[in-house]
Amino acid sequence: MTRPGEDAVGGVIDVAEAVRGGARSALEVAEACIAGIRAGDPALHSFLYVDEEGALAAAAAVDAARAAGEALGPLAGVPIGVKDNLCTAGVPTTCASKILEGYRPPYDAHVIERLRDAGAVIVGKTNLDEFAMGSSNENSAFGPVHNPWALDRAPGGSSGGSAAAVAGRLVSAALGSDTGGSVRQPGAFCGVTAIKPTYGRVSRYGLIAFASSLDQVGPLARSVRDCARLLEVLSGYDPRDATSAVRPVGQYERACERDVRKLRVGVVRDELEQVQDPDVRARVDDAIAALESAGADVVEVTLPTARYGLSMYYLIAPAEASSNLARFDGMRYGLRVAGADLTATYERTRAAGFGPEVKRRIMLGTYALSAGYYDAFYLKAQKVRTLLRRDFAAAFARCDVVLSPTTPTPAFKLGDKSGDPLQMYLADIFTLPAALAGLPAISTPAGLSAAGLPVGVQLTAPAFEEERLFTASRAVEDALWRDAPAPAFAAPRGDRSAVSSAAGAPSR
Amino acid sequence: MVSSYEAVIGLEVHAQLHTKSKLFCGCATAYGAPPNAHVCPVCLGLPGALPVPNAEAIALAVRAGLALGCDVATSSRFARKNYFYPDLAKGYQISQFELPLNARGALEVELPSGTKRIGITRIHVEEDAAKNLHGVGAGTDTLVDFNRAGTPLIEIVSEPDLRSAEEAEAYLRKLRDILMFTGVNDGNLEEGSFRCDANVSIRPAGDETLGTRTEIKNVNSFRFVRMAIEHEIARQQAVVEAGGEVVQETRTWSESHHKTRSMRTKEDAHDYRYFPDPDLPPLVVAQARIDAIGAALPELPDAKRTRWRAELGLTEYDAQVLSAHPAVARYFDEVASALCAQAGGAARDEVGKRAANFVQAEILGHVEQAGLDARFPVPAAALAELLRLVERDVINGKIAKRVLSEMIESGEGAEAIVEREGLAQVTDAGAIEAAVRAAIDAHPAQVAQYRAGKTAVLGFFVGQVMKATRGAANPKQVNALLRELLGEP
Repeated sequence: MTRPGEDAVGGVIDVAEAVRGGARSALEVAEACIAGIRAGDPALHSFLYVDEEGALAAAAAVDAARAAGEALGPLAGVPIGVKDNLCTAGVPTTCASKILEGYRPPYDAHVIERLRDAGAVIVGKTNLDEFAMGSSNENSAFGPVHNPWALDRAPGGSSGGSAAAVAGRLVSAALGSDTGGSVRQPGAFCGVTAIKPTYGRVSRYGLIAFASSLDQVGPLARSVRDCARLLEVLSGYDPRDATSAVRPVGQYERACERDVRKLRVGVVRDELEQVQDPDVRARVDDAIAALESAGADVVEVTLPTARYGLSMYYLIAPAEASSNLARFDGMRYGLRVAGADLTATYERTRAAGFGPEVKRRIMLGTYALSAGYYDAFYLKAQKVRTLLRRDFAAAFARCDVVLSPTTPTPAFKLGDKSGDPLQMYLADIFTLPAALAGLPAISTPAGLSAAGLPVGVQLTAPAFEEERLFTASRAVEDALWRDAPAPAFAAPRGDRSAVSSAAGAPSR
Repeated sequence: MVSSYEAVIGLEVHAQLHTKSKLFCGCATAYGAPPNAHVCPVCLGLPGALPVPNAEAIALAVRAGLALGCDVATSSRFARKNYFYPDLAKGYQISQFELPLNARGALEVELPSGTKRIGITRIHVEEDAAKNLHGVGAGTDTLVDFNRAGTPLIEIVSEPDLRSAEEAEAYLRKLRDILMFTGVNDGNLEEGSFRCDANVSIRPAGDETLGTRTEIKNVNSFRFVRMAIEHEIARQQAVVEAGGEVVQETRTWSESHHKTRSMRTKEDAHDYRYFPDPDLPPLVVAQARIDAIGAALPELPDAKRTRWRAELGLTEYDAQVLSAHPAVARYFDEVASALCAQAGGAARDEVGKRAANFVQAEILGHVEQAGLDARFPVPAAALAELLRLVERDVINGKIAKRVLSEMIESGEGAEAIVEREGLAQVTDAGAIEAAVRAAIDAHPAQVAQYRAGKTAVLGFFVGQVMKATRGAANPKQVNALLRELLGEP
């Protein structure tokens, strides 16, 4: 059923310009998108819910606005998938957890409002590791996602559904969330560009919290330019998030047009030496060479504290999660499994509602915050985090961006690591430092492995210097990922009758 | 056997900050609304919702800190206190732990033995929980009303400086007074906007080390606080004297049985796993802002009473009565300042005292209190107009009461009423003399009594004259004339 190279939808800028110019109607795009999901997603399982009615209504509204001569937003008619840990008013939002099965939030997340205001058509909610905890999407309570480049491989996680839907050409782009690498790692595994903005750049209001001091919403798209357009829409101060930054938003799309001459690209030599995978080594070397030949200067930098990234992360993130997930107690919404008394109800509800990885992290975090252990674990990790920020500050005195692999290997096989949490955690080893330091980082494809799997390269910049990331990753894309190759799998072009016959039925 | 024991008491007071909206969202704090009328994703703890501090609440908390002599931190932190309970929507309460907003304050309490300084350890900001309603709806159900969830509170923690139930009560009354006068708290114990937990321990008199303490939770009247502490001291003493040991535990005061009973022991104590709330950056209050709040701090009740005694000649008792509620105090201040604007020195004392007496006798009975506000039968300016007529001898005190009734009834001004009803007192010496002479002529027996030295009869003659003039004669003139015409006794 897969027809390689087929793309019924189109990229973000392509669709927005076609709709604005009248070459395509938003409704036509939305219908093609939904038909594509109906036909293609059974193989990928990238969606948990398809909001056909909402999508068609939003598309019709864009067409009506255009017909009325109104100015169209930068994402007018662009079909977008949204990770299912972002609240969508009246539309199921589950975090891929049984504890929230059937939950419909009464309000839209800030980023959802931004998308709607920009004219985007939200087509549905994408699959993820339960509560965004995982690196393979195998922790979804509703079944894993398959990597469109090789259906037996993991799409990465936790934003695996978003990455697979974009790579599989089911949507123009998607929103994910990144706590320790959750947009960048699946972006690398699926061959799409994904950026985690500076902490505070995008409002977290309506993003169901995993680890509040790390969580950021970020876009995944087929190209660096598409990603830039999305981030420009998502960014900006929101008074409902006290950690939201009061700073002007950069000109990300324009930054894509700058060249990299004299840009100082920092490389951590020890880090590169440790990369075992020859494909990853080769593609990272390609990216460095591409930047150099485009006029960038490569300099060596060190990040001595980065080696403690995993230790820090697995104290801080579970500690915050143990508190953030306390609200899922069966009292007000979501699953309730009644017990003989209040305590039994809590225990039974949470035992039945949470999957094993979520429980593991709640226990880790509860322990790390306990009286007598707080100083040794949580507080110590926070102090090391300060050292890591200083490392980055020192590195950025010598360079403008830091380049590294996004992941130690290309996409691994489903089931390969699911029995060994520590091996799974190591998949995020390169993405954790930027998350812990609150810095913006982008992953963009730098070519394929010998086995035909995409390999990502990560660039990290100082806080609020996202523009540099777009400039530099555009140069990598231009040299190594021009015209965004599509995976062997792609959604076949659906037809209208398929859409209407499936109307209203969720995809799972 | 120890001959005498000393009690050591520390108090934790939860006072609701008098704001329009909740601590971390825009929902109203209004009391008495139908259940779950004032709720939103934030105070319901819905997934994805985030807290944003209410600037008004923070300003009030700073004001409380300054009024109680605390060091106000320019940077403090909100922390999460984690525990499970149905009235706690997020599974944690946002409070402050390691870095509170206010610390190291004190309160001076007047006791029969003199003034005592009670240390205040800290005053931190936190949100209130919701309210569980047991046995409502379908029989045994417990339902939760989230109207109260997220209401801003300060917790005021005292040093263990109190030594008796009386001292504790005096401290609480003083604290409530200060919080009300600064507009921080409405002082309403029944509605739970001022709640108290007491930590009580005993030790042999003279010992320096602290004994094992118990905590008595949520006692909701001053009388019950005193009773609960007295009972707890006696109970601990009985335990120790019987050779036992006091167990560290939380106890609850039973209003119906008038005793404390165990709620949970130390073994059941929660590990709250406090940590800084990552949703909220450090709470930064610029020193300039703290200084501005300090400069705008309303006059505290002690200062007000001292000023009234010094400037208006009020007695301590009058000053206490008129400062029992901030709205009453403000009302009296307005009346007095309007009246005393021209008066000075001793005359001012007289005017002040008379105004104080009139307000206590004629106004306080009609005042309807509602939280920090109060409804007065007539505005302060209108009352000042009435009392000015008395000061200018246009009417006398008795007529003033009648005019006040008219004012309350009709809402008209005092001068208009006096004019319309012809109540201006007779100051025409001829008319008064005629009335005085008539009274003397009509009562020869009383005249004889007076002249025989029974001067109390003077009051009888005053009454006769006032009756004849329908109360309109100037009593000073009447008195003077009567003495003159009756001659020396």
